[in-house]
Amino acid sequence: MKSKEYIRPMRAMWWLHNTQLKLFMLRELTSVFVAGYAVFLIVLIAKFNTRTPVPLGVDPFGDTLRCPAALVFQLIALPFVIFHSVTWFNLTPKAIVLFRGEERVSPLVIAGGHYALWVLVSVLILLVVL
Amino acid sequence: MAKSNEPFWWALFGAGGMVAALFMPITIVITSVLVMCNAETPDQLGRLFGNPLVRIYLFVLISLPMFHWAHRFRFTLVDLGLKAAKGPIAVLCYGSALAGTLIAALLLLGIWA
Repeated sequence: MKSKEYIRPMRAMWWLHNTQLKLFMLRELTSVFVAGYAVFLIVLIAKFNTRTPVPLGVDPFGDTLRCPAALVFQLIALPFVIFHSVTWFNLTPKAIVLFRGEERVSPLVIAGGHYALWVLVSVLILLVVL
Repeated sequence: MAKSNEPFWWALFGAGGMVAALFMPITIVITSVLVMCNAETPDQLGRLFGNPLVRIYLFVLISLPMFHWAHRFRFTLVDLGLKAAKGPIAVLCYGSALAGTLIAALLLLGIWA
């Protein structure tokens, strides 16, 4: 027997309704670029692995890094991934509730701490790489 | 209460979200902007890719963010109206992240290709 339970109909474009919902959907979309870049890294590693025995003048690893399609994808992905970082750190006070004695640590301190860590990590990685 | 494996996937989602938020933007800058303006040559990056510590870094940066995507994308598809395909969507999303993790591990350990 079919259930008589009422299921509210929902259109696929419900999220175009207002700015909040559009921003929510944009945040969810960032995950596609996060995964896309992970796939690009897998391709890079595969190209790197085939690099050593190839004849002189052939460089699959360098070609992949300099490939215009890869660069365009990364330049599009970058703002989405930064949007992911910002929305993620802004939510940290909701996920992490700390108490110092009786007093709750300010949400600003928790989010701010994550932003500071982000800057520190990025600078350290740049120093290692450059 | 029904048993659920939700906390397990949520933990991976959270870890992946944090790893992606902290490490991915700067890594993208290195492999795109710095390569474009020749501040980082493929040779320099190649030396890094051969380093075992960098390989561990790359593994973490590939695997956990893929689970982050799987969990988020799974619910986005359901929210967009694919409720009927809930089961297969979950399998496909987490399965892709598992496959990506396995491929990355095999490549980084030099077992495959």
